[in-house]
Amino acid sequence: MELLKLLEKNGRLEVETIASMIDLSVDETNTMMERLEKQSAILGYSTLINWAKVLEYEGVTAMIDVKVTPTRGAGFDVVAERIYRFPEVKALYLMSGAYDLSISVEGKTMMGISRFVSDKLSTLDSVVSTTTHFVLKKYKHDGIIFEDNDEQDKRMLVSP
Amino acid sequence: MKTQEKSYVAHHVDQLKPSGIRRFFDLASQMEDVISLGVGEPDFVTPWNVIEASYHSLEQGYTSYTANAGLLELRQEISKFLKGQYSVEYNPENQVLVTVGASQAIDVALRAILDSGDEVIVVEPSFVSYVPTVRLAGGVPVTVDATQEYAFKIQAEQIEEVITPKTKALMICSPNNPTGAVLSKQEMEKIAKVVEKHDLVVISDEIYADLTYDETYTSFASITGMSERTILISGFSKAFAMTGWRLGYAAGPKSILEAMTKIHQYTIMCAPTMAQHGALEALRNGKNNVLEMKTSYRQRRNFVVKSLQDMGLSCHLPGGAFYVFPSITSTGLSSEEFAEELLQSQQVAVVPGGVFGDSGEGYIRCSYATSMKQLDKAMKRMRRFVEQKVK
Repeated sequence: MELLKLLEKNGRLEVETIASMIDLSVDETNTMMERLEKQSAILGYSTLINWAKVLEYEGVTAMIDVKVTPTRGAGFDVVAERIYRFPEVKALYLMSGAYDLSISVEGKTMMGISRFVSDKLSTLDSVVSTTTHFVLKKYKHDGIIFEDNDEQDKRMLVSP
Repeated sequence: MKTQEKSYVAHHVDQLKPSGIRRFFDLASQMEDVISLGVGEPDFVTPWNVIEASYHSLEQGYTSYTANAGLLELRQEISKFLKGQYSVEYNPENQVLVTVGASQAIDVALRAILDSGDEVIVVEPSFVSYVPTVRLAGGVPVTVDATQEYAFKIQAEQIEEVITPKTKALMICSPNNPTGAVLSKQEMEKIAKVVEKHDLVVISDEIYADLTYDETYTSFASITGMSERTILISGFSKAFAMTGWRLGYAAGPKSILEAMTKIHQYTIMCAPTMAQHGALEALRNGKNNVLEMKTSYRQRRNFVVKSLQDMGLSCHLPGGAFYVFPSITSTGLSSEEFAEELLQSQQVAVVPGGVFGDSGEGYIRCSYATSMKQLDKAMKRMRRFVEQKVK
């Protein structure tokens, strides 16, 4: 558990460092990580990028609320799979409340996302309706605050 | 002809040595790209719910004085917290005093119990303010050394050796700043016997109690027979990352606490109201925040101790607080030289052990209340430095 939390915060921590932090040997830590990878508890080691800081990048993100008709016997899973197979779909959740599926989509342009919604998503048989919201600015993602001023150490250099 | 400026400063204040930490602070402040392991406070910002509660109290207009001893609600929470956490019981009406940081609680405690010339046993290496505060309260500090031989834990016999008919009190701090040493229940019981035999008052600075990593914490006041002669001192600075709020407290026997409240009433009036409201929230809903920070400190402690040992410095595993206290004698340098050269050549600031008392000489205090990224860099730089010195 401790290992997972450390890696979740910083996937680039070296095994030696992790091992000393949680007081295990390097071998034990390696074995544990391999086991967690096998169990698919660890799915990958990715880097969180604030794309707004990359001038060349002109991507857009949209959140789409989707109402669907569930399939007899399989519920929402079949239609969900139809949707998450699209590479544009970055996240997909089944929701309680006014609609059924929440999709996060990334595209190069607004036009691109519009085309995805009108050509691919809305035309699926089970999809009843869609509402698309474009993201204007990202402040916080996966627990990490973008443009964070907290990083700056405001303490005095030496104190008793 | 040079005329000497007349000094109006009181003789006994003039006699106090300026803190050695100050000099280091000045040195380090002039340099760039310094990684500081010299900071005696958490690297976390106060948990958001605490900040928010304080905002809210201001918005609601809670901007006036509180009762001298602090908000009754807060004293009740403190009393509940101490009972739940350490099984010690205090009546919030007359046995708890909310102070401006634990530092003020120490000052008031000493002033409440000392007559001029009374001796106070101070265990060194110690927090830099104990000896001066004893002096300022008219007492005479008598120091005893906790040595690495006993993992920086003071032995009951050592205390007994320095007791005289004038000894009034004993000051202990566990988990300790600067060594991180934590006294076990058995060790406390031995000390308690000596304390009882010689009828001493104990000032137990327990500000780092919540940052104990390997065993369950024992409060000195919970040892049989000790609650009626112990002034327990703690606060919100370390566990809740609230150093700048300046909020601490003392709990103890009614007669002493009433005397302390009297001094506090005439000198401070009451601790800041908005800080008290923040502290209330910290006690009510802050347990998880503390646990999270504690886990992170423990991981960093393990990393730093291992790194220091790997570079060849002798370093015990401290049981609490956020300091490690490695010996640097193998480098042939004094602690002052070590710290200064390390700062100049590798831009890493540590505190020379000598500033915490003579027995701290030969050691340095490194605080690991700093991000892993910085710690990793600092350990690499320090390794380079040590390898140059020890050939």
